[in-house]
Amino acid sequence: MDATHQLAAQPLIACHECDLLQREPATADHCNVKCSRCGAALFRNVPNGINRTIALSLAGLILFIVANVFPFLSFEIGSQFTQTTLFTGVREFYSQGIWLLALLVFITSILAPLLQLLLMLYIFIPLKFGRLARQTRPAFRLLQHIRDWNMIEVFMIGILVALVKLTKMAAIVPGIAMWSFVALIFLVTGAHSSIDGRVVWRRLERAQ
Amino acid sequence: MSPGAETRSDSSQPESALEASLTACHTCHQLVRIDQNHQQQKLSCPRCGSAIHPRIHNSLLITWMLVGLALVFYIPANLLPMTRVVGLGQTQEDTIMSGVIYFIQSGSWYIGLVIFIASVFVPLLKLTLLMYLLVSVQRKSQWRPRERARIYRITEFIGRWSMVDIYVVTILIALVNLGTLANIDSGPAAMYFATVVVLTIFAAKSFDPRLIWDNIKQEPTQ
Ligand SMILES: [Zn+2]
Ligand SMILES: [Zn+2]
Repeated sequence: MDATHQLAAQPLIACHECDLLQREPATADHCNVKCSRCGAALFRNVPNGINRTIALSLAGLILFIVANVFPFLSFEIGSQFTQTTLFTGVREFYSQGIWLLALLVFITSILAPLLQLLLMLYIFIPLKFGRLARQTRPAFRLLQHIRDWNMIEVFMIGILVALVKLTKMAAIVPGIAMWSFVALIFLVTGAHSSIDGRVVWRRLERAQ
Repeated sequence: MSPGAETRSDSSQPESALEASLTACHTCHQLVRIDQNHQQQKLSCPRCGSAIHPRIHNSLLITWMLVGLALVFYIPANLLPMTRVVGLGQTQEDTIMSGVIYFIQSGSWYIGLVIFIASVFVPLLKLTLLMYLLVSVQRKSQWRPRERARIYRITEFIGRWSMVDIYVVTILIALVNLGTLANIDSGPAAMYFATVVVLTIFAAKSFDPRLIWDNIKQEPTQ
């Protein structure tokens, strides 16, 4: 829907990684536009990006709830049977008095993905209906920072390593939360990469 | 339309935004006009409200400090125990390396390799690459700016993968401590290690890759 807004004269942009002034190229769909000098990714043209972001974020939010409410891993040694949720490790760190680690793990595996999903919904649902959420500006700024602290894909590798380490001690059964968590990784990534920031800023400009 | 958007001449000579007295907002890519004495000013983007820095202030100094601190913390992170297992009357402490060796000896060498790369190799590689970029900018190197831009992007990308071992410890203490057979505590290295990861993330953020290109006198035709 935004293609019609791009007129023949392409606006000037500056690369955020090398500062080269260049004309924004007219692009095909699903095309990653790169800086002509340094190769930095400038933006991505996603047709129907707003709908994609909303759909994937909503699905992600449901899976996020499942991933945090239901048991993540079940652990069995002999007659002992225990279950953990995603939050258990954070609580353990906290109860051991290592609050900084608790905070870091909490932010990178729970808070950042949740905030990312909520911010995307907050910004893009009104945008879909031609409105602007009141705090779109700070929300979008926060969204770009929060992405760096969402490390759930790294967390997943950590789970795999821990599983290999523990399989010799006990029978471990991944719970429904873990499968949700795996799907969540793809949904959050997909939702975020469907964002074309230019759409948001053009709307803001027109609203002014 | 952005202010000053038509200032660029149509010559094919590459021009940085700064040379045209413009700078791009880092959040929304809006071009903003800046004065010559932009160093003293506190600018904010008219469109999205972000603070605007034509270049990150004291980028090299701050990055050096963060890299230096990370190097200092890297040593205890690797020498001190990461986990402490108390069970059946004995205590076993594992450093990152002894964990790697355990995996290799027990046949899961690929897991050992993953931990070695994520915990030992990646932080060191990231710090080395950042130091190389810092030195190359300070010496006004003309060498292959495009390759160095790529190196910068690598340092941005790889840092997060060092968190793997922290997450392993998180899951281990979550699972094992719920039982009564054994007790796992995180060792002091976990704290140092997390600090290294966070410091290197901020170090990559504080390095301004545009400095690489500010030094390039003439664009090599590629
Ligand atoms: Zn560039
Ligand atoms: Zn802006």
